[in-house]
Amino acid sequence: MSERLSVFKTYKLFVGGKFPRSESGRVYEVTDSKGKWLANAPLSSRKDARDAIVAARKAFGGWSGATAYNRGQILYRVAEMLEGRRDQFVAEVADAEGLSKSKAAAQVDAAIDRWVWYAGWTDKIAQVVGGTNPVAGPFFNVSSPEPTGVVAVVAPQESSLLGLVSVIAPVIAGGSTVVVVASEKAPLPALSLGEVLATSDVPGGVVNILSGKAAEIFPSVAAHQDVNAIDLAGADAELAKALEVAAADNLKRVVRPQPVDWSADPGTKRLTAFLETKTVWHPTGSLGAGGSSY
Amino acid sequence: MAFEYAPAPESRAVVDIAPSYGLFIDGEFREATGGKVFKTVSPSTEEVLSEVAQASAEDVDAAVKAARKAFEKWSALPGSERAKYLFRIARIIQERSRELAVLETLDNGKPIKETRDADLPLVAAHFFYYAGWADKLDHAGFGPNPRPLGVAGQVIPWNFPLLMLAWKIAPALAAGNTVVLKPAETTPLSALFFADICRQAGLPKGVVNILTGDGSTGAALVGHEGVDKVAFTGSTAVGKQIARTVAGTDKKLTLELGGKGANIVFDDAPIDQAVEGIVNGIFFNQGQVCCAGSRLLVQESIQDELLDALKRRMSTLRVGDPLDKNTDVGAINSAEQLARITALADSGEAEGAERWAPACELPSAGYWFAPTLFTNVTQAHRIAREEIFGPVLSVLTFRTPAEAVAKANNSQYGLSAGIWTEKGSRMLAVASKLRAGVVWANTFNKFDPTSPFGGYKESGFGREGGRHGLEAYLDV
Repeated sequence: MSERLSVFKTYKLFVGGKFPRSESGRVYEVTDSKGKWLANAPLSSRKDARDAIVAARKAFGGWSGATAYNRGQILYRVAEMLEGRRDQFVAEVADAEGLSKSKAAAQVDAAIDRWVWYAGWTDKIAQVVGGTNPVAGPFFNVSSPEPTGVVAVVAPQESSLLGLVSVIAPVIAGGSTVVVVASEKAPLPALSLGEVLATSDVPGGVVNILSGKAAEIFPSVAAHQDVNAIDLAGADAELAKALEVAAADNLKRVVRPQPVDWSADPGTKRLTAFLETKTVWHPTGSLGAGGSSY
Repeated sequence: MAFEYAPAPESRAVVDIAPSYGLFIDGEFREATGGKVFKTVSPSTEEVLSEVAQASAEDVDAAVKAARKAFEKWSALPGSERAKYLFRIARIIQERSRELAVLETLDNGKPIKETRDADLPLVAAHFFYYAGWADKLDHAGFGPNPRPLGVAGQVIPWNFPLLMLAWKIAPALAAGNTVVLKPAETTPLSALFFADICRQAGLPKGVVNILTGDGSTGAALVGHEGVDKVAFTGSTAVGKQIARTVAGTDKKLTLELGGKGANIVFDDAPIDQAVEGIVNGIFFNQGQVCCAGSRLLVQESIQDELLDALKRRMSTLRVGDPLDKNTDVGAINSAEQLARITALADSGEAEGAERWAPACELPSAGYWFAPTLFTNVTQAHRIAREEIFGPVLSVLTFRTPAEAVAKANNSQYGLSAGIWTEKGSRMLAVASKLRAGVVWANTFNKFDPTSPFGGYKESGFGREGGRHGLEAYLDV
């Protein structure tokens, strides 16, 4: 009996809830740490990035308008779906990062738990960073966080899944939408994550995943007038500086690349980075003398 | 022209009630020491639903010991792992919510419309919310690494059996405590079903223990020396007794007690919306709600218009079979509660208030009370001062906002209040003067796991829900 020939997967982008190839028709070869061919990944163009930004903007109204509870339920659903495909991701992360199976499994488990961590934050961050302000006057005054808008992210280059989840989950937990360029040399777990998101009740366009070269795509993204913030986690110092300069044109919020231990407690830094604070004033009338004595 | 409704009963087939239940101690059901049992009935038919165990003092001791044993490991788990247990519970409640809604309606008598659309979604949401806190306690504003208290003894009422369980158990477990919970004598079943959900979720044994029983079981639980935290929701009289019991101990205490909520309607309020809010405020759950808007304070100039509209609306309320999806007002929970409502309503008439109820045919079996309102009520009347805990509204009037505030605050209680006005500054001015823990403006009876709930004055102390709700279960 001859050995069964396996079926390869065509890895595609994830944009607007759909799985297109790059409009450029380009692909590049992805190999494992020993140089063995794994797949051809789409080599996204600047046009692909613009399409993704349009999709993210279109999704922003609905996503930012959803209740925090609803967003939390959906992020938790992502964790459930990812848990169900754990074996697939362990294999992909092992190949992508050259890890043993058990080390890859630890990465995948941490990635699942990170979705759970951020699922719990959606309806709590406002209670931690917002609040009423006791202004000295007859006014009710309350500050609340609101999502900043469309966020573009250069995913970490080394941590192909945990690092990726650690940069996109906080963006969408806060109610923003995201366009992410996956790790250039290890994009396959990211492209597979699109398949998880597509089956997790995440509305199309909330997360858009591109593969390719950040150095090629991101200069136009950083200069794009309809992007509100950029996270440069996976950009090298030289690229990051150029992107930050470009981002200044419409004063995008910028998270600079820093050494991060993706397995550590993530805190709230990446959540608050993509939140605006809105303060509302309203007069409180007077009922005449003093307060109630009861 | 009146439209008749065809019956639209929710199926009972979705729930399978066993003929008898034991106590849930250390992950297993067991008979009560001494073997005493009592029956639980459906308040709408008086049909016996099941027989449950009457926990004795020895059972309380066994449950507290099981919880103490489980505490060591449970509190040492990483918060993220406790979170995942609670997320599992939230999800299983969502999956089984129709079954639990029907069960709750059977055991409590409240309309399926409410259990299906209010109780159960809130129960799941509460577990979901506190699940997320379990690994975020450092961010909750109580300083770094806040510690749990230990074993929580929790006693809950019959008006929202599963929701009150959720309010008690979810924050306790999230903070790292273990619990012994006693559901109310007349509504034990949903808590026993919750024990099964703990099993499905794989919750370690002893983390949640459920003891059914009467007031003596509750007294033994709150008085047990192995309990570190007492949480009680129920009457102010029992709350005071519990406060005396824990006096001089290290037990942390939170109490969510009675209320006599003022629902204040100003002359610029949108009348139709206000009427809906008044009806919801006093007839939701047959008025058996501690935060019910049981005192209507209406500005004198719009009294006639408002009362006409209110009476018209009350005449359309559908009272009857709680399992019917069209039912607005279900059964009173017990014969005892019905007698209390009847006696207080009679006192209203005897003291000179004017009683009105729509023509309304009540079922012959079960415990029923028609939606009722009283006018010509003074602040001295018992129906203006005492919590009726039934579908009875007392109407008072006022002329100025200051008078409204004075009357609203003229109560031993301070749980809830409502304000109806189109003017934002007036709403905020009045809200700031009300001595009540929850103030609803242009709405009423809104609940959310993120929103703290609890009272001023003799409505108790401590808050449930929100970030504030964690404090009750942390050593802070």
